[in-house]
Amino acid sequence: MSKSSTKTLAKPLFRTCPESGLQFHKSAEWLIRANAVTAVVMLLVGGITALLVTLTRWPTVHLLPADRFYQILTIHGINMLIYWIIFFEIAVLYFCSSTLLKVRIATPRIAWAAFVLMVAGAALNNYSVLSGNSSVMMTSYVPMPADPNFYLGLILFAVGALVATFIFLGTLVVAKEEKTYDGSIPLVTFGALTACIIAVFTIAAGAIILIPTWLWSLGLISQIDPAMYRLVWWGFGHSSQQINVAAHVSVWYLIAAVVFGAKPMSEKVSRGAFLLYIFFLQLAAAHHLLVDPGLSATWKIFNTSYAMYLAVLASMVHGLTVPGSIEVAQRGKGLTKGLFEWLRKAPWGNPVFSGMFMSLIGFGFIGGISGVVMGTEQINIIIHNTIYVPGHFHATVVLGTTLAFMSLTYFLIPVLFRRQVMFPVLAKWQPYLFGIGMGVFTMAMMGAGTLGVQRRHWDMTFADSLMSFDYPASAFTLMGLVGVSGMAAIIGGAVFVLITVLSVFFGKRVGSESPYGTATTRLLKAEPDLHVQSGGHAAAGKWGFAAPGTFVLAIFFLAIFVAYYVVNWKYLASVWPMS
Amino acid sequence: MTSILPPAQTIWWKQPLDRVEGTWIGIAFVWALTMFIMMPLWHVYGKQNLSSEAYRTTPEAYMAKTMAMVNEHTVRTETNQQIPVVAPPPGSDVYLIARLWQWWPILELKKGQTYRLHISSMDWQHGFSLQPININTQILPGYEMVLTITPDTSGDQTIICNEFCGIGHHNMVGKILIKDELSGEGAL
Repeated sequence: MSKSSTKTLAKPLFRTCPESGLQFHKSAEWLIRANAVTAVVMLLVGGITALLVTLTRWPTVHLLPADRFYQILTIHGINMLIYWIIFFEIAVLYFCSSTLLKVRIATPRIAWAAFVLMVAGAALNNYSVLSGNSSVMMTSYVPMPADPNFYLGLILFAVGALVATFIFLGTLVVAKEEKTYDGSIPLVTFGALTACIIAVFTIAAGAIILIPTWLWSLGLISQIDPAMYRLVWWGFGHSSQQINVAAHVSVWYLIAAVVFGAKPMSEKVSRGAFLLYIFFLQLAAAHHLLVDPGLSATWKIFNTSYAMYLAVLASMVHGLTVPGSIEVAQRGKGLTKGLFEWLRKAPWGNPVFSGMFMSLIGFGFIGGISGVVMGTEQINIIIHNTIYVPGHFHATVVLGTTLAFMSLTYFLIPVLFRRQVMFPVLAKWQPYLFGIGMGVFTMAMMGAGTLGVQRRHWDMTFADSLMSFDYPASAFTLMGLVGVSGMAAIIGGAVFVLITVLSVFFGKRVGSESPYGTATTRLLKAEPDLHVQSGGHAAAGKWGFAAPGTFVLAIFFLAIFVAYYVVNWKYLASVWPMS
Repeated sequence: MTSILPPAQTIWWKQPLDRVEGTWIGIAFVWALTMFIMMPLWHVYGKQNLSSEAYRTTPEAYMAKTMAMVNEHTVRTETNQQIPVVAPPPGSDVYLIARLWQWWPILELKKGQTYRLHISSMDWQHGFSLQPININTQILPGYEMVLTITPDTSGDQTIICNEFCGIGHHNMVGKILIKDELSGEGAL
């Protein structure tokens, strides 16, 4: 090794994907691959445990004994909500910085150290649950104790993830410094930056609560206040799901761009909506504390509404602008008949599109509406901790985030891994099986929750308890439906893991070799939009609207939203008066 | 593909909104404000609002208050564990204990009467879920929550724990019995 003071750095190596034109920095490429593959391994762990949980909550099957059920449910929650999603998000962050900006990734060695830390933390945490002393659910509410390694594993993972977010930020700095692009970063990178900023907040909140809790589990701190724990922990627990929202909305824009060549209808609106996420999404810890003792109504109302629903407004904006941008692109190609020709003639057989579109619909119609309704201060009284809650978040995190990430994976297999997607017919059906299964699953859970069925509960018949209670027969029917539709979704998930793993390792190599070299191509700006200069996009639309079909869908969405909101107030009005 | 490329115009923020976007933002904003206003409105016109009344307490202090009520107002015992059934007078302070894995004691309340229901946990976090009426709140150790409730339905209610609290969680079931005014002692 040269000890000379003028150390010459090896020039970064790049390759350009001939099909997509995307340029990969070699170090970034392997980091993206490692994080994405680990994510899928975590998805597999989460999926196997999902199977066991579903088969236990399906009343006629009731598979596992109680202690095993609570242990497996803990593993399922943590691996799905934290490990699968955050590993994949780190891959997305590296892709949206290094690849989209055509720049070398900052400090790849530290990025590998972060990866190792995350893997070690996830392994330690899972080991502590598997060894049987930490069946405390993902939330690990104090003073119910877990093994110290449970918290330590989460802390190590969080530190690794935090380092990774700074590598993303560092890569943005490098791109700016080395002038790989002109003007502003692309919208998708901006969305990833939003996710990153929320992630920094989230992980900091996690550290602030998990480090003292770890010390408490070691006997070094005498007590952790349970109310404070809940407030700060949910700054981690709910905000981490807001990373997902920002990330999967970015993925929607990304897929709209690569499948349709869609452009944002206006940069200002889409970026403004992301900005609202940065300002207001963090307030969501309040959603979990609406029926906690002692908090004032003012505090609850302001926080649970993300400051007058401004973050909800942001999601409603993305819900219009993502399909709207697709509609504009499709109309530009001549699909202008009626309101919906653009949608009818979309590539429904392409899992990259079909999965993304179902993610959009499922997240908005099921996850979004239920989330706002249950997050209403008073309505939460009839929903808190019932199985309605997992019904809601399976719609946001599984239908929304996971399905969006699955779609992106179908795009990445040829582009990033240079392999063909194996079993194309199965791949074509997989998003439908998973998406529709999950859609029914979430709605059946919400129905059962409305009837008072509890979450995180082993026995809805109360067979072993001193006092009895009978749920109505319809609750059992709905939980049976949860079982059946859950199986459909799990099979859909298994097919995804199978296709992904086999394609990545054994798939046929695609296209020509794209050798690595030091030459880079400069990132070009988007083509100027001629329509805009000649009076807006509206030329190909109706009523002066560039995307009239999308607007009609949006109004349909709003009508369902309003109706469901009103129904829930009416239901609330039927319970005992209290003050 | 401008979503993954830098915007065409450097000064992109001056590009005017499409009409469809502007219209939708307006509609969505009105709906957001409506939902926001509904919550304070319900505090004024609605009948189902959780109070923010709560006190710091300790398991010992809370147990002492509960025992005082139980000693004074127990009318009988139920189940093979001889759990007291307590019938406190309307308008009074009623105490309910959540602990691993039991709701204690059994409460007997009169329909249409108002009570100040105190709940606290002796150990871990629990969830108070009253079924089938479907009222759910979070119960924390060290905090005494006070709900002013008016049972206005007939039929006994079951308390189910809906915060995971360990291996006996699913067996943590209690009762609030509701006596109709007419079938009460004073009637007929």
